[in-house]
Amino acid sequence: MSLVRLSELAIGQPGIIEDVDAEGPFRQRLQALGFRIGKEVLPIRQAIFGGPLHVRIGSVNIMLRRNDAALIQVWASP
Amino acid sequence: MKRIALLGMPNTGKSTFFNRLTGACARIGNWPGITVDLLGAKILLGADMVEVVDLPGLYDLHGFAEDEQIVWRFLHNNPVDLICLILNAAQIDQQLPLALQLRRLELPTVVVLNMADEAERLGIRFDAAMLAAGLNCPVCFISAKYGQGFPETRETLRRVLSERPPTRTAALAAEFAEDEALVAEAEQLVARAVTMPRVLEHGLTERIDRIVLHPLFGIPLFFLAMYLLFQTVYALGGPLQNGVAWLLEGFRTQALVLFQPLLPGWLYGLLVEGVYNGVGTVASFVPVIVLFFLGVALVEDSGYLSRIAFLMDALMAKLGLDGRGFVMLLMGFGCNVPAMMGTRVIRSRGLRLLTLLIIPFSLCSARLQVFVFLSTALFSTTQAPLVLLALYAISFLVAFGTALLFKGRLHSHEPLLIELPPYRLPTFKQVVLRGWHEVHHFLNRATRFIVAGVVMIWLLTHLPPGVPAGGPETLAGLFGGWLEPILRPMGIDQQMAVVLLFGFVAKEIVLGAMAVVYGLDGDALAQLMTQRMDGVQAFSFMLFTLIYTPCLSTVATMRSESKSLAFTGVSIFWSLLLAWLLSFLFYQGARLLGY
Ligand SMILES: Nc1nc2c(ncn2[C@@H]2O[C@H](COP(=O)(O)OP(=O)(O)OP(=O)(O)O)[C@@H](O)[C@H]2O)c(=O)[nH]1
Ligand SMILES: [Mg+2]
Repeated sequence: MSLVRLSELAIGQPGIIEDVDAEGPFRQRLQALGFRIGKEVLPIRQAIFGGPLHVRIGSVNIMLRRNDAALIQVWASP
Repeated sequence: MKRIALLGMPNTGKSTFFNRLTGACARIGNWPGITVDLLGAKILLGADMVEVVDLPGLYDLHGFAEDEQIVWRFLHNNPVDLICLILNAAQIDQQLPLALQLRRLELPTVVVLNMADEAERLGIRFDAAMLAAGLNCPVCFISAKYGQGFPETRETLRRVLSERPPTRTAALAAEFAEDEALVAEAEQLVARAVTMPRVLEHGLTERIDRIVLHPLFGIPLFFLAMYLLFQTVYALGGPLQNGVAWLLEGFRTQALVLFQPLLPGWLYGLLVEGVYNGVGTVASFVPVIVLFFLGVALVEDSGYLSRIAFLMDALMAKLGLDGRGFVMLLMGFGCNVPAMMGTRVIRSRGLRLLTLLIIPFSLCSARLQVFVFLSTALFSTTQAPLVLLALYAISFLVAFGTALLFKGRLHSHEPLLIELPPYRLPTFKQVVLRGWHEVHHFLNRATRFIVAGVVMIWLLTHLPPGVPAGGPETLAGLFGGWLEPILRPMGIDQQMAVVLLFGFVAKEIVLGAMAVVYGLDGDALAQLMTQRMDGVQAFSFMLFTLIYTPCLSTVATMRSESKSLAFTGVSIFWSLLLAWLLSFLFYQGARLLGY
């Protein structure tokens, strides 16, 4: 297990959220959408031209930008 | 009167439930943030009249976006007797913390687990009694879209409402610190009361996504889909429009002329050549508009909009916007006003203003009518669809260019988080209702300002009395004369100048105004247009119509959404300037090249 940013996870490689490094409203929104410590996230695909990530967390599919995903630390399973 | 407020996260089906409960026609779409304003309706529930209020979605109790603020202001200022919290049953693990948070409002609550149909298909099982005990309020399961569980839910709402004494406004003490504990509580409750399969099988959605979100083909597929949609509307709508125009013309030549000897000449002229021809020309486009909105309803309800945001975000980021901005441009293809209101989901002011600034360039259905009419009148059947396509392309380019120019001044970064909901098909009833809604909307506008505008134009082209109608001595000729030096370099003559002047009020008037200015309708009008302008002039006219201020409603909306008169002024001035420049360049360029 290694600690990486969500943006660094390979597509199809699940990770367990360890920490959310965001502040204020964005942190709230992440929380509300289910990005909570201990939850599993799965990157599904990335848009072309360095576009956003499509990730699955629990029952929800969400898109977020790579630089925002970099604020989320996850444990990558080997 | 008692009051029920519908709360819940965005896209959980609040408006669908509201429509089923009240018979209203709130806009529905598979995109978080369709409802951005309050909508109330009164119903008889048991023995009481009850006001039900549909609210924008909210993610938690600390919302900062404008649409969430609206919910807070509402809860703060109005006594509410019952909160009906709508959750998406298929995403209960994500949504349950909100239910626990809402206990802080200290209001009677009924939790409605919507989309029970989807939850069942995914194999999610609930222990209703345990959920109700854990939440300490009644819990109902329902499919607001298809109706299962609706009578029971309605009955529960009635019962809870009649049991409790009238209450007060919500206690709004939202403390962040408690959140962690609530989340833990919610997780335990889900673990106890809900059985979720280890892997949720969104099979179909995943398969569609693999094609639609393909890294290479995703964007081309989107443009192809749009192209096909417009081609379909054009191919089906064109003949329908001709048919209606033919019927209206027939009615005039067969029936209305009988009144000609009975009425004074000016009155007959005003009523028939003014109002009837003007409104009729516009009305003949109703079938096109209905078809168009059926297509819009299909796209909005499919869940494709979020995917478009995903595909286009990288490009939009270069323009200082984000994927939502592009989606709102697309919504603007229907009507700019709701698209502008849709920017309320954007929290950062700079980003919101930039998005507001570009939406008026989106080619709305009212402008589409003008373009369909002119392009079919002045171009061959093979050219006309290409002309329309070019106008759509220009609409995008002008919006993008404007964003590029202004992004330095309206700069901001806002994190972007959008849910990609499963694909859904609207029911037949939803689609029909949407089409009907648009006809209704159109008739409303028709009675409000199309008639007034058309009467005004008839008067302008016929006063003062005694001068030849539509000639240079009339008031219209006078105005046209003043405007001529500005518009002549774009190939737009006096009469069309007057038409553009009225187009400022609403683009529907443009068609009606042409009918009145030339005193003709239907085919005869199209015939005359070919004599009055050539292709280059027509395109220049359409270019101007596309880019300058869409209508007074958009100006008013710009003012209320931006809360800045100066910004509204900049937006109007910029669009006029740009319209003039581009039409001028196009017209002179084309003439130089010998067209
Ligand atoms: N399968 C299924 N779909 C539903 C149900 N209820 C609503 N939907 C769909 O869910 C989507 C969202 O519905 P809306 O009623 O617009 O949701 P809302 O909560 O008002 O959304 P916002 O106004 O954006 O906050 C639409 O595509 C609906 O057709 C349901 O019971 N089952
Ligand atoms: Mg809604």
